[in-house]
Amino acid sequence: MFKCSYVYMKKILFIEDESALQRTFGDILRREGYEMISALDGEAGLKLAKTKKPDLILLDLVLPKVHGFEVLKELKKTPETKEIPVIVLTNLEEMGDVDKAVELGARTYLVKTQYSLEEIVAKIKKALGE
Amino acid sequence: MFRLVGAPGLEPGIARSQSVNVNHYTTPRILKYTFLFSFSQFIDIMKLVDSKKILDQLNIFAQCKKYKVALWQCPQFLFLLMGIIIIGTVVISYTIGIHYIGDPVILALIVLGLTIILFIVAFIITRSFERLAEANRMKSEFIDIVSHQLRSPLTNLKWAIEILMSGELGKIEAQQTEYFKILKENIGRMEELVSDLLTVSRIETATLPLRGDKILLENLINHFLKEAEPFIKASNIEVKLKAEKNLPEIFADPFQIRLVLENLIDNAVHYVKNKGKVEMKLERRGNDIYFEIKDSGVGIPQEDQKYIFQKFFRAKNILRHQTQGSGLGLFIAKAIIKKSGGEIGFESEENKGSTFWFTLPIKS
Repeated sequence: MFKCSYVYMKKILFIEDESALQRTFGDILRREGYEMISALDGEAGLKLAKTKKPDLILLDLVLPKVHGFEVLKELKKTPETKEIPVIVLTNLEEMGDVDKAVELGARTYLVKTQYSLEEIVAKIKKALGE
Repeated sequence: MFRLVGAPGLEPGIARSQSVNVNHYTTPRILKYTFLFSFSQFIDIMKLVDSKKILDQLNIFAQCKKYKVALWQCPQFLFLLMGIIIIGTVVISYTIGIHYIGDPVILALIVLGLTIILFIVAFIITRSFERLAEANRMKSEFIDIVSHQLRSPLTNLKWAIEILMSGELGKIEAQQTEYFKILKENIGRMEELVSDLLTVSRIETATLPLRGDKILLENLINHFLKEAEPFIKASNIEVKLKAEKNLPEIFADPFQIRLVLENLIDNAVHYVKNKGKVEMKLERRGNDIYFEIKDSGVGIPQEDQKYIFQKFFRAKNILRHQTQGSGLGLFIAKAIIKKSGGEIGFESEENKGSTFWFTLPIKS
């Protein structure tokens, strides 16, 4: 019985300080069959990335405590997290920011207002290789 | 502009120098001729240019009011003041100087005093320009911060409505869908405005990034037309593109050029009343690609035509029947085309329609 219901749910860590967005994304990701772990600041995000070992990280840039770029740098430096794909999901869209994120190892850079939830889910699936 | 402001400022000064000098020497002829020459030149300029415009330029108080700074911080006023001080000091040094012509020490001191005064005035003027530049920078920064801050709540709204509209949290009645559509449409409008404001702020701070990439304008236009198809169909307007065959690729920023095309096509479709036509043309002209979009719309009134590329400007006839729109589209379009090495322009007649065109260099 247990064996039958056991399905591995991919874990997605969402590092974002807006709790409303955390909630919206929680609903969407659960609907798509993922487990969402939420972090409301950069420091908590880094800690959860190391302990929970998510399959994917969605990262905002403007974050309390530790800035998104610092989080990204740290993630890519740490052996146990450096292979996890990171999608930067932010409202900053200066070319310098995009270049920096890609240089630091982000897989994709998405500007929130330019995408619908559906399109973002498609990008997540692509990053997870589905 | 400065010449026109400066020239009348000089006239009274020269006239005064004449009356001062009369007591010592006969009026130097050269001064007389300079005065006559500049006066006749001034009359010529007056004939050439709209005299009302010149009077507006001369009204320094009104000019300074425009900048919203105190008189002592206003460059125009300080510029005029500098003119008067320069002439005054020259006249005073001249009057004193001719008495002490045999004493080089006093002459040297006069020159030194003059230099110090000019230096101080120039310093004050530079400071006032700095203040204006600073105010401009702060305004751009303000637009930037506000736009970024507006984006987060807009994203929240957009995505929450998307979830509600999907019907997963409960069935949506037809009437509710209508209201959700209104919400969605208005969020879209706000997003566009915020994004336009950010672009304007980047244009003004000269930080608008342009990435070079090979693009085929025809593909870019067709792609956009496909996306906008529902909107165009709903407007009951016929949109056509006539493109010359085998046009070469151009090297420009696809995202920004698309923004220009979007603005021009959107305007053309928006301002056609009832059933109308929008015709686009794409061809090679020398070393440029030429794009033209012609509509049978409301047109632009003659008196508004000179302002059409200014930011936040909207023509009077458009405001009468179409209140949407920020007046930023054409300002942005012009800035992008100019920065990409092209030209942009239009011809228009009220109630008949407008034709907007731009060129982009094939190699740049």
